[in-house]
Amino acid sequence: MTAAWAADEEPQTQNIAHNDDVVRARQQVRTLAQRCRLSLVDQTKFITAASELARNTLVYGGGGELRSGLVEREGRRGVAAVFEDSGPGIPDIDLAMTDGWTSGGGLGLGLSGARRLVDDFVLDTEVGRGTTVTIVKWAR
Amino acid sequence: MSERVPVLRIGDILLVSIQVDLEDQAVLNLQEDLADQIVTRAARGVVIDITAVEIVDSFVGRMLATIASISRLLDAETVVVGMRPAVAITLVELGLSLGGVRTALDLEKGLALLRRSASGADPR
Ligand SMILES: Nc1ncnc2c1ncn2[C@@H]1O[C@H](COP(=O)(O)OP(=O)(O)O)[C@@H](O)[C@H]1O
Ligand SMILES: [Mg+2]
Repeated sequence: MTAAWAADEEPQTQNIAHNDDVVRARQQVRTLAQRCRLSLVDQTKFITAASELARNTLVYGGGGELRSGLVEREGRRGVAAVFEDSGPGIPDIDLAMTDGWTSGGGLGLGLSGARRLVDDFVLDTEVGRGTTVTIVKWAR
Repeated sequence: MSERVPVLRIGDILLVSIQVDLEDQAVLNLQEDLADQIVTRAARGVVIDITAVEIVDSFVGRMLATIASISRLLDAETVVVGMRPAVAITLVELGLSLGGVRTALDLEKGLALLRRSASGADPR
């Protein structure tokens, strides 16, 4: 994590195993983004990034887990989402982060686009172990 | 089972209004339904109303672009109406400019746009 979970509450956990879990992931982070009082544009960016990453967890990671909640750093509040899978991992990170590159049938904008849409983006992956992507958007 | 989005017909125009957060399979179903109905109902135009849609990610964005291309091949025209400003900003930053997709601010303007291009007054 790039910041500490907010002290006053536990992050929520949600399985990502089916298509409808991607919808649920969007709903979960929407509620948090609203509670964090992100602007409407920032909410939209954060939910969109989360949607891309949830789909990657499902499609490429073979399913996994989303942890999300409010975070704090130096007196600022933000919303964080951590997508974790034990799938195949990403062999070439630079390639995977390239706009338009996909190993499947996508548009290749999920990872690269998500990075542009959030404030903090951390990709941790290892072939054979899995992939964890953490995103944070800070309230202004 | 994923829900199916109803496709309405007004004259030779198909109208779809997306009212719920669709899972990916429902998005693909909609794409197929529209391609089907453009042909079976001899539609000349398709209006996709996304006024109620809070986010458009690359999957939905691709569906919009694909429907626009498919309809063009089938001699129909697609207009996406009602995109929220926050959605437009996010789409551009995501990297999707949807260059091949015609848009209008609302349903009325979208229908007017289709009428104009049907009468040849708005050649592209
Ligand atoms: N969780 C993941 N596990 C394994 N590979 C992944 C994961 N997420 C992304 N990738 C790889 O990175 C590529 C780029 O992802 P993305 O930018 O979301 O584009 P797309 O989903 O359209 O392929 C994917 O095609 C895939 O090869
Ligand atoms: Mg993706």
